[in-house]
Amino acid sequence: MKEAGVKAWLPSLLRLVLVVLLIAFVTNPGWFEPLLKPLTENNAPAIYNQGSLLTLTLLHLRTVLIATVAATIVAVALAILVTRPAGVEFLPLSRSLVNIGQTFPPVAVLALAVPAVGFGEKPTLIALFLYGLLPIFENALTGLTTLPANVVEAARGAGMTGWQRLVKIELPLSAPIILGGIRLSVVISLATATIGSTVAARTLGEVIIAGLLSNNLAFVLQGGLIVAALAVLIYDGLSAIERYTARRMGQETA
Amino acid sequence: MIEIEGITKRYDATTVVDDVSMLIEPRTIAVIVGTSGSGKTTLLRMINRLVEPTSGVIRLDGADNRSLPGYQLRRSIGYAIQGHGLFPHRTVAQNIGTVPVLLGWEAARIKRRVDELMTLYQLDPQAFGPRYPHELSGGQQQRVGVARALAAEPNVLLMDEPFGALDPIIRNKAQEDLLAIQKRFGTTIILVTHDMEEAVHMGDKIAVMDAGKLVQYAKPAEILAKPASAFVETLVGASEKPFRLLSLGRVRDAVETGAAEGEAIPDDASQRDALAELLWSGRPALPVKGADGRPLGRVTVDGLVKRAARPA
Ligand SMILES: Nc1ncnc2c1ncn2[C@@H]1O[C@H](COP(=O)(O)OP(=O)(O)OP(=O)(O)O)[C@@H](O)[C@H]1O
Ligand SMILES: [Mg+2]
Repeated sequence: MKEAGVKAWLPSLLRLVLVVLLIAFVTNPGWFEPLLKPLTENNAPAIYNQGSLLTLTLLHLRTVLIATVAATIVAVALAILVTRPAGVEFLPLSRSLVNIGQTFPPVAVLALAVPAVGFGEKPTLIALFLYGLLPIFENALTGLTTLPANVVEAARGAGMTGWQRLVKIELPLSAPIILGGIRLSVVISLATATIGSTVAARTLGEVIIAGLLSNNLAFVLQGGLIVAALAVLIYDGLSAIERYTARRMGQETA
Repeated sequence: MIEIEGITKRYDATTVVDDVSMLIEPRTIAVIVGTSGSGKTTLLRMINRLVEPTSGVIRLDGADNRSLPGYQLRRSIGYAIQGHGLFPHRTVAQNIGTVPVLLGWEAARIKRRVDELMTLYQLDPQAFGPRYPHELSGGQQQRVGVARALAAEPNVLLMDEPFGALDPIIRNKAQEDLLAIQKRFGTTIILVTHDMEEAVHMGDKIAVMDAGKLVQYAKPAEILAKPASAFVETLVGASEKPFRLLSLGRVRDAVETGAAEGEAIPDDASQRDALAELLWSGRPALPVKGADGRPLGRVTVDGLVKRAARPA
C-alpha cells in the first residue's frame, strides 16, 4: 500500500524538482558553478557569460511559441478545409505539400531563407514553422476523419449548420488528437530552434555554439540541459491536458 | 400530416428505398418494421433530409420538405438516432438542451425544459444533469437520446429503434410515456422498431418494409388479420397472431353480462392480459370493474378465445 502511494506522487515530485532546478539555474546560474567547473579547462568560465541565460531561455521559448502557434493555425485550418465536402480534392495536394515541409532539412531551410529575409529570428521561424506543420496536420486529419459517425449525424439531425458542427462537435472531439500533434511539434521545435543561432537568432543554441567554438564542454552541457528540461516539462504538461480532455469524453488513454 | 410520395433512394446501382408512398395522419404514430437492411433508417432520414432522395417528394403539412434549408427543417423535427449518438464531450443536460440552444431559447426556459424531461425519464436532474454520457448505463443513454429529440417540443418526431437497449420494465414505461406525450402534444411520430410487440402496441398504423419496398401499410389489426404476403406473415409471427390481436383490444370491449368470483380486472386492461390471468388462475370467468371500481360484468375464456380467432 505504502509503495503504491509513493509511486503515485513520485512523478509529480520529480516534475516539481525539475521546475525548481530549471528556474534556479536560469535565474541564478552562479549557484551551479562548482558543479560545472570540472568540465572546463584552462580556467575558462563554467557559466555562460555572453548574455543572460534567462533572457535566452525566454527568447528561445518565444521563437518556439510563435512558430508553433502559426503552424497550428495553418495546419488545423488546412485539415478543416480538406475534410469539408468542397475541399476533399485538395487532400492529396496538401498532404504532399506538408510532407515536403517535413522532409526538407531545417538547416537547408535556414540557408535558403537567409538570403530572402536576412539573418536573425525570421529564418528560424520559417524553418520551425515548416517543420512543425506535418505532425499537427496529420493528427488533425486523423481526428477529423475518425469521428464517430453516429455523433456527427446526431449533430446534423439536431439542425446544426456545418459551422456549428465544426465548432461545437468536430473540433472539441478531435482536440485530444490535435493536441498530440502540437505536443510532438513543440518538442521537435524546441530542439531544432537551437540551430537558429547559426543564423544569429537569439536562442539557447547560442550557448551551445559558444561552447563548441571555445571547446567549453560546460557551455554545451548547460545549453543542452536547459533545452532538454524545457522539452520534458512542456511534453509532460501537454500530455496532461490531452489526458484530461480525453477522459472527459470517456475515451481510454494509455 | 406527412405525405411520402414515390420516394426512391439509390446508392449507385443498388436501390435502398424503392418507390415508397405512404400518408401519415397528423397526431398518429406510424411504426416501420422490417428486416435489417430493408431501408427503414434510410426512409426515416429522408423525411428530415439527412439523406436526399433520388426521386419523389415528401410534404410536411402540405409543404415540400425542401422549401426550408435542411438545418432549419431539422430543428423543427425531433430525431432520436439509432444507437443514441449522444455528444460525448457534453453533459447530459447540455445534450438534451441541444436544439433549444440552437433555436435561441432563454437559458431559464431551457433549464426548465431539460429538468422536466429528465424527471419524466426518471433521471434526477441534480445527479445526472452534470454527468457525461459515458458515465451512464446504456439504457440511461438511450433515454437521454429520446429526451434530446423531444426537447424543442417538435410536431414531428422520428425515432429509430429508440427503446432497443431498455429492459422490459423500463421499455414499457418509456412506451407509455411516449404515448402520453403523443396524446398530450398531438405529436406525429414515425417509429422504427424490430419488435413486433412494440409495433402492435404503439402503432396507429404499421408499415412493413422488405428490401426497400413498402409491402403493407395498414392498421395493426389488419396486418395481423390479412398479412399482404408470406413475408409479412412471418414477420408478425404466425403463432403469436391471436395473442397480438387480443393485445389490441381492451377488456371493456369484451365484457359480458353476469358475475364471477375473485379479484376484478380493470376495464382498461388488455384482453390479452385478461386471458393470461384466466388461464393462469384456472378460472372460466373474471369480474370486470370500471375506473371508479364499479362492477361492469365479466370476461370469459370462451368469449376471449372467440375474439382471438381470425377475423372474417
Ligand atoms: N450511405 C450509404 N451508401 C451506400 N449504401 C447505404 C448507405 N446507407 C445505407 N446503405 C445501405 O442501404 C440499405 C438499407 O440501410 P438502412 O440503414 O436503411 O437499413 P435498416 O432497415 O435501417 O436496417 P437496420 O434494421 O439494420 O437498422 C443497407 O443495405 C445499407 O447497406
Ligand atoms: Mg436502421
